[in-house]
Amino acid sequence: MNAAAAQTLANFVYVFAVIGFILSLKWLNSPATARRGVLIGEISAGLAVITTFEDPRLHQFHWILLALGIGLIIGIPLGLVKMTAVPQRTAMSHAFGALAAAVIGISEFYVDLGQHQLTAFKMTEIALEVIIGSLSLTGSLIAAGKLQEWLPQRPIVYKGQNYFSLSVLGTAVVLALLLIVHPAFSFLFPVMVVISLLFGVMLVMPIGGADMPTVISLLNSYVGLSAALLGFVLNSKVLVVAGALDGSSGFILSVIMCKAMNRSFTNVLFGAFGQLQVSAKGAQEQRTVRSASPEDAASILASASSVLIVPGYGMAVAQAQHKVRELFDILSREGVNVRFAIHPVAGRMPGHMNVLLAEADVPYDKLMEMDDANSDMPQTDVALVIGANDVTNPAAKTDQSSPIYGMPVIEVDQARTVMVIKRSMNPGFAGIDNPLYYLDQTLMLFGDAKAFVSDIVRALTAEGVGKAASAAR
Amino acid sequence: MPPGFIENLFVFVLAGFLGFEVIRRVSPLLHTPLMSLTNALDAIVVVAGIIICGEAKTPLSILLGAVAVAAAFSNMIGGFLITDRMLRMFKSTSGRKKS
Repeated sequence: MNAAAAQTLANFVYVFAVIGFILSLKWLNSPATARRGVLIGEISAGLAVITTFEDPRLHQFHWILLALGIGLIIGIPLGLVKMTAVPQRTAMSHAFGALAAAVIGISEFYVDLGQHQLTAFKMTEIALEVIIGSLSLTGSLIAAGKLQEWLPQRPIVYKGQNYFSLSVLGTAVVLALLLIVHPAFSFLFPVMVVISLLFGVMLVMPIGGADMPTVISLLNSYVGLSAALLGFVLNSKVLVVAGALDGSSGFILSVIMCKAMNRSFTNVLFGAFGQLQVSAKGAQEQRTVRSASPEDAASILASASSVLIVPGYGMAVAQAQHKVRELFDILSREGVNVRFAIHPVAGRMPGHMNVLLAEADVPYDKLMEMDDANSDMPQTDVALVIGANDVTNPAAKTDQSSPIYGMPVIEVDQARTVMVIKRSMNPGFAGIDNPLYYLDQTLMLFGDAKAFVSDIVRALTAEGVGKAASAAR
Repeated sequence: MPPGFIENLFVFVLAGFLGFEVIRRVSPLLHTPLMSLTNALDAIVVVAGIIICGEAKTPLSILLGAVAVAAAFSNMIGGFLITDRMLRMFKSTSGRKKS
């Protein structure tokens, strides 16, 4: 094939790939068509890769094949991780995406520099691309480390941090400007890269574990942006489109996560959540809580006609989701309408809780979004909270002094009976007291989530649900 | 300003808006698979890595191109693999009874 024909063919394949990418995302709007979306994504990406091998500019293949082999060896295990590890896997793949974009930008810089083709305009594109790529690379690695708990989950902060961090970013930008004006200062380029890498670390280090869903989405959006910028650098429209799609996806998810926590971007990035929780609860009167046994809980659940289970990350930590599904099965079989109310930030990344429950074989039509769950809550007999705390805290609605005031919550306090499975009365992750536990209709079920749910299941099966239910009625 | 820039800008703006409209409709159920799928699609950067590496303009560009190919291709493989694994688990009440 001559060079021009190969180029034309490649361009047509890239157009096809772009169509495939868009359909792929479109079909993700429902679980029924989503797998078809993955298939067309795979076909499109595969065709694009194969066609690229016909590119007339290529005249050396062994390094490419070696690199593809390495990618395969790294990629397969990363595709087979456990579902609880998906957030850190995702952060790792953000890091790889950012790495790929950054090193190509770096390579373009040196190639153009060597050929004296580095215009100010191209330098601007490359600098922007490499700065964003580099900071996303280290930022994602830190996020992955925090999610994997290799790094402390708590925010790491010091005085004047934000000013220092921003001045580091500012330095990278100043170096970029110098390079644009004086391409001869090429020795500054590696310094700019290193400073951008450093800024990525400084950006994510101060962010706590609870904010990871937002951070991971925001990094997603940066990685997409760097790929799109790379498309500008290389004049490749398929990269521009893929980057723009990835970037807008990350951006939408970040906005959803921020709304779900009632925070702004600046607040997530510079607010160091979880530090200022010295709220005025020193003078706290001893309030009473009511607790119940697994047998009590079983008979209340069996006599209910509608139950909403509110899972939090604590449920996943306790590995209780399979037991919870057993509970769901038994109650459903007895005619109880059991559904799950999922807060957007219930997991460690957007949608994570849904995946964990789907893995435990809970049908997805029983998973409700927060708003739908809240509108059904007043007609709900029992709300069962498992391993969730802040996302059910009614203080977010009523108490203006609460640090989570204004955050949308699952209004379990509207249900007729609330049961909360919790290890002890210790306040949760963010150290915020939850008035839910002291309400008249609340029963505390003290214990490990998995053990307690097992006990409820055992009580239900031992007594025979029918008997328990009729006894309670 | 290089010749393709404005065209690319048009493409970027349109793809950004289109992405916004399409992704807004993705069910929140599937936000995790969404992120891993967009990661896999974004790994199309591998194409650029292949060209940079295969053009073999300088030893550095071969090395950096190869790094990009390995990183992006691992995302492509891993991303599609895990997305499909996750989506396979999502069953409706009726679908679950059948299986």
